[in-house]
Amino acid sequence: MARQVSVAQVRDTVRALCLAACREIGDDVLTALDEALARERSPFGREILRQIIENDRLARERGMPLCQDTGMAVVFMDVGQDAHLVGGDLTDAVDAGVRAAYREGCFRSSVLSPLGRVNTGDNTPAVLHLRLVPGDGVEITVAPKGFGSENMSRLGMLTPSQGMRGVGDFVVETVALAGANPCPPVVVGVGIGGTAESAMLLAKRCLLRVIGSPAPDAELAALEAELLARVNALGIGPQGLGGDTTALAVHCAQMPTHIAGLPVAVNMQCHVARHKRAKI
Amino acid sequence: MAIHITLPASRADLAPLRAGDAVLLSGSVLTARDAAHKRLCALLDAGQPLPVDLAGQGIYYTGPCPPMPGQVIGACGPTTSGRMDAYAPRLLQQGLLCMIGKGQRSPAVIEAMRACGAVYLAATGGAGALLAGCVRACRVLAFPELGTEAIHLLRVENFPLIVAIDSLGNDLYAIGPARYAGR
Repeated sequence: MARQVSVAQVRDTVRALCLAACREIGDDVLTALDEALARERSPFGREILRQIIENDRLARERGMPLCQDTGMAVVFMDVGQDAHLVGGDLTDAVDAGVRAAYREGCFRSSVLSPLGRVNTGDNTPAVLHLRLVPGDGVEITVAPKGFGSENMSRLGMLTPSQGMRGVGDFVVETVALAGANPCPPVVVGVGIGGTAESAMLLAKRCLLRVIGSPAPDAELAALEAELLARVNALGIGPQGLGGDTTALAVHCAQMPTHIAGLPVAVNMQCHVARHKRAKI
Repeated sequence: MAIHITLPASRADLAPLRAGDAVLLSGSVLTARDAAHKRLCALLDAGQPLPVDLAGQGIYYTGPCPPMPGQVIGACGPTTSGRMDAYAPRLLQQGLLCMIGKGQRSPAVIEAMRACGAVYLAATGGAGALLAGCVRACRVLAFPELGTEAIHLLRVENFPLIVAIDSLGNDLYAIGPARYAGR
């Protein structure tokens, strides 16, 4: 007998996760910012890191959003194959959760039709990524994505001859081209392999990892450490005004690809790295 | 030590500012981002008057959150300035003297700034709650139908900024990273 999960619970969970994600920086990110502040040599860099940390304190105290770009709500749902979602349309429930949170939190409605530029008025629709997994649980992660960083993301359809070196160079080049625009210090999500669209989704999922936790795969963990050092040697620094802290972390993941290809997707994330997770 | 400046200003007021100076801004500043810039330039194309006189003014590139009860404005950090590069030189020709945002500007904008004696100041991206605390008043001045993208008039007090590009064209986005690259 399948476990029943009401879509109303999904709606309420999405609402709560949106509110929390936009109002407080995660503990892992705050720790990374504190460590960066201790290391940073640039006086401007230190001042900017102090402002970012103080901004988190003020947003929590006042119950207000950290940033005016409260993002497009990206919702990841892992639904157990033994869970039965009841009581309505799942997509509608996710959007209802986003709508409620953005109204209640006085968050900005940033979502509009791409060509006509007509605002939907309530920050819907969410971008929903569904995955069917074993078990009867439902896990929801909400990552409101700002577009200062999203705009700096890039896909490279490399050739196999370019190999590991080509992948690394593409990532470093992407961070260099982005410069100040994605609000450094950034988190860099790198998806290697798969197809064009699955590489970018893999890169986006990398942004949900605990900041600075190494990839389980030793080869990728070594690549992450090398790329973080190379990216920080660019000197871009906090807000691009020069300094040691261009990135807080580089997170890589890989999946099998085709014999003819080597896709690499880089999803850029600003310093707030918003994401909150809950299980139903 | 931060330099106190007030807007609106004259070209002479802003001339001493140098890339890398810390600034505390007070006075009034306009907000405009993508949609409002498009509208302003469409009016110029059509030979029609602008809804606001830009002479001596500053434009802050931001689209604020709605205020919570009791607040004058919601979170209001800077947005990426580069998207306004296509429009900025035309507004500088209208007398605009100060732009506030985040991120590098194009060579064409920097050249127009030199010609017009304008400055570009950087606010900390992502510090929307902190910056909202420096805004004392906010009202919509033009294009109310654009919502967050409308032109607002803000009254600010000790708004913390860094001179990113000065009126001589010195660019902290080039100078700063060069100082730390490879070290």
